[in-house]
Amino acid sequence: MPYYLDFEKPIEDIENKIRGLKDSSGEEARGKELRQLEKKAKDTIERIYLNLTPWQKSQIARHPERPYTLDYINLILKDFVEFHGDRRFGDDPSIVGGIGLLDDKSVMVIGHQKGRGTKERIYRNFGQPHPEGYRKALRLMKLAERFKIPVITFIDTPGAYPGIGAEERGQAEAIATNLMEMSLLKTPIVSIVIGEGGSGGALALSVADRLCMLEHSTYSVISPEGCAAILWKKSGGLSVDDFSMAANSLKLTAQDLKSFGIIDDIIPEPLGGAHRDPELTAERIKEYIKTTLEHLMKKDVTGLVEDRYRKLRGIGAFKEIS
Amino acid sequence: MEWFKKKKETNSEKKVKIPEGLWVKCDNCKEIIYKKEIENNLKVCPKCEYHFRIVARERINQLVDEGSFREIDSNLVTTDPLKFEDTKPYKIRIQENIKAHQINDAFIYGTASIYKRQVVIGVMDFSFMGGSMGSVVGEKIARAAELSLKERLPLVTVSASGGARMQEGMFSLMQMAKVSASVARLKEAGILYISILADPTFGGVTASFAMLGDVIIAEPKSLIGFAGPRVIEQTIKQQLPPDFQRAEFLLEHGMIDMIVERKLLKETIYKIIQYLMPLQSPY
Repeated sequence: MPYYLDFEKPIEDIENKIRGLKDSSGEEARGKELRQLEKKAKDTIERIYLNLTPWQKSQIARHPERPYTLDYINLILKDFVEFHGDRRFGDDPSIVGGIGLLDDKSVMVIGHQKGRGTKERIYRNFGQPHPEGYRKALRLMKLAERFKIPVITFIDTPGAYPGIGAEERGQAEAIATNLMEMSLLKTPIVSIVIGEGGSGGALALSVADRLCMLEHSTYSVISPEGCAAILWKKSGGLSVDDFSMAANSLKLTAQDLKSFGIIDDIIPEPLGGAHRDPELTAERIKEYIKTTLEHLMKKDVTGLVEDRYRKLRGIGAFKEIS
Repeated sequence: MEWFKKKKETNSEKKVKIPEGLWVKCDNCKEIIYKKEIENNLKVCPKCEYHFRIVARERINQLVDEGSFREIDSNLVTTDPLKFEDTKPYKIRIQENIKAHQINDAFIYGTASIYKRQVVIGVMDFSFMGGSMGSVVGEKIARAAELSLKERLPLVTVSASGGARMQEGMFSLMQMAKVSASVARLKEAGILYISILADPTFGGVTASFAMLGDVIIAEPKSLIGFAGPRVIEQTIKQQLPPDFQRAEFLLEHGMIDMIVERKLLKETIYKIIQYLMPLQSPY
């Protein structure tokens, strides 16, 4: 049984009927009914998915069946060799990275990794990295730089882990260093937000020449829940309406961020979201990476790094007053 | 009973005449201290050495030669890109803060001299929306770094911030990358960057320019970290160790170079600049 979000209830009802029909022996008349139901399901998905609210998108971005970094790596790359460890303290399973072949060209791929099922989710720490993860990522980026290989990053994290060990080992320093070093990296960086872009923990892998987002992914300075908790300090606890309002205010959708010029591109998802067709989503991501890299690999490195700086430097909403 | 009545009046009048805020209670040792005494002591408690939070202009006065500070870009203000509104519109909140603190956002910068040595200095103001970093703060830090680079002057920043400013959403988050990229260029050019961390420094500020100093100095007992203590406590569901995220804790874990008392700060910065980036190379 697939997992349905609460606002997908109408889709669930129709698809349950379809499954019921399919289970019973297939006759001509049923075939007609099936086709009608399938059309209805498609229309319903379309109706819901073309009018998603920011809060609904936040839920899709965290959908438990949404493809994760390793899913895309498996679907996009011909081969992949994973590398481990930051050479200082440990290996962080919340960030994976390694070298692989995109068609016949080497690429360094690094991304946040969430787990599926309780055991793996805990193992991946729900995609919330420790400093070791960011340091491993930087080590691999530097490796790519040395061998003139482009870097692809997949962004999908609720945020950097808030814990004692993370603070002791310099979570802030690890993130800051990545921001600084990525701004200087002498090889192209393409970042794709595939799910949740959670604040500084996401940014630490997404200082890039091209930053793009999947259609229903989100990227935000704070989660809607965190924002609501700070803004509406309520005694009785927060409701879905509060989260919904916070999600609206934060302008965290790919569409909003594209209109602000904060991201470069949006990769459209299959109807009903990436989780309904991971293969097609992966195909589109692959095409995007290929065309983008073709362009970026032609640039001379000095110009590339300078353009990256100019791009970052230009972000801001301010004016001079007299 | 006339005399009795009169006396009562004088009594109450006397009470009123005592100027407000003449005495302050130390946040740390709870002693009641004469306000002037604290002010004459760089806002450090004379009893327990507790360092009170100070606003940006006070900080600059304490760190640079008198009258040497030339503020730059004081007229930058946010344009409220998200049209953000919570209990009140962000626009109004900003106007109220500007009025209350006589400063256009949470960061001021300019050129100044420290014992006659020219520097670019930028200071965060925690009283302005918790010293949060939005577009204006980010832009000013980037400009300060660029000025340092152009004039080949050491850069000194003093941080005191809750982190990235929520009300500007992703614009705020991207300032972290922007300012980190700006200070990165100083390193390549061999220009010294000293980062001073004051109480409190958190989130997107710690996770960007504040932790990128060539030399990082913290004031005693300052709270410094990435995630706030309350968030951590809620996540791990245990109590935090007593000195957790204090400057002393960071020093012990190798995250900062030193802890320096406020009264020695100016002298220390000067020494580091003169030794690391002397005007004429001794070699």
